[in-house]
Amino acid sequence: MDNTLEVRQLCCERGDKRLFSDLNFSLPAGSLLYVEGANGSGKTTLLRALCGLFTPECGQVLWNGEDSHKLGDAFRDQVIYLGHHNSLKLDLTGIENLHFSLAVDGVKAGEEALLEALASMGLAGYEDLPVRVLSQGQKRRVALARLLLTESPLWILDEPFTALDVKAVDHLQSIIASHVNQGGMAILTTHQEVALTSGQIQRIRLGEHV
Amino acid sequence: MFSVFFTIVRRDVLLAMRRRTDVLTTLFFFIIVVSLFPLGIGAEKNTLRHIAPGVVWIAALLASMLALERLFENDYADGTLEQMLIAPQSLSVIVAAKVLTHWLLTGLPIVLIAPLVGLQYYLPSEAVVTMTQALMLGTPVLSLIGAIGAALTLGLRGGGILLSLLILPLYIPVLVYGAGAIAASMMAKAPVQPYFMLLGAFLILALIFAPWATAAALRISSE
Repeated sequence: MDNTLEVRQLCCERGDKRLFSDLNFSLPAGSLLYVEGANGSGKTTLLRALCGLFTPECGQVLWNGEDSHKLGDAFRDQVIYLGHHNSLKLDLTGIENLHFSLAVDGVKAGEEALLEALASMGLAGYEDLPVRVLSQGQKRRVALARLLLTESPLWILDEPFTALDVKAVDHLQSIIASHVNQGGMAILTTHQEVALTSGQIQRIRLGEHV
Repeated sequence: MFSVFFTIVRRDVLLAMRRRTDVLTTLFFFIIVVSLFPLGIGAEKNTLRHIAPGVVWIAALLASMLALERLFENDYADGTLEQMLIAPQSLSVIVAAKVLTHWLLTGLPIVLIAPLVGLQYYLPSEAVVTMTQALMLGTPVLSLIGAIGAALTLGLRGGGILLSLLILPLYIPVLVYGAGAIAASMMAKAPVQPYFMLLGAFLILALIFAPWATAAALRISSE
């Protein structure tokens, strides 16, 4: 089945400040959405509202035509969210972190698959080190390795390219591109313009028509 | 459902093993608080016996609370809590797993060390047995109720103080009946069973409502 994500009349406030209102868009399967806007325009809030971490003041997020709030776990199962935080435990090793975060996501993956995912992110040889000793970029790669093993169709990524080097940025782009090509959906915020040649690309700019 | 429960327990125990100081601080706090009373009051046998139930329970309350602040704080700071909130799993189950780990790392060590405290306070052996049993029933209640407070004060400045103001009054029933059980066991012809039944009732009530209330509080305070 082809999934769709639809946002209707969404408005969000943060500390009495209206960030955006009357936001409407629809994202079909196999497409990518860039959320653009200046600092403080509400990009992160929008992403958090989409995945249910933030309750919007008004409006709805519909998944295949049904209210995502009512769907509950059935919707959360379809989404993977990667925020500003890497969501890593610094005292655990890369492979342990990956194992635990996938277990929370409800994804079953064997040891081999985990090692492979980490190796593909350029972390071969670093799997058994506590994440504490890795560099910022390496930590980000451990967090991103989750994307390789998840089966959730909707990826919501907040500034996924921060701290990554040029090669890793390229690699992540190709991962996102192949996900979108296979009928997945991705929503990302990024300050840097990233050329993606695949799928259908949409953009929304926050902070202009408030 | 069970797999995520055990995964979280395993993760938190593993984390605690990597940072053993956190676990040991709580235990040593308990031992030191309990040991201070004989030093301050004097080693008179009957006085110590008389105050032992209250002292043990108050020390257990404080020790359990000491670790409560960290229950969700670390997960909140590094973003893993966010992932748990949007996981396709029941948040109450995840919370229950975290509470169980909190009890394993703070409550259980106290239960195990309690007989030693009994010696220090000249408690008769029946009273030591009762004390261990009462702590076994009562300390999980402390962890369960405390989790609600920890979730409500998550991310607040000075949350630690607020947490104690919020939670300590709620600990009173456990303190009263927990200490009552030990005191009763030292009296002739005083039945201990009613105290255990009440503590058991608290535990069941807390088991039913606390994970759910904590999950709701987490959703509110993480926005």
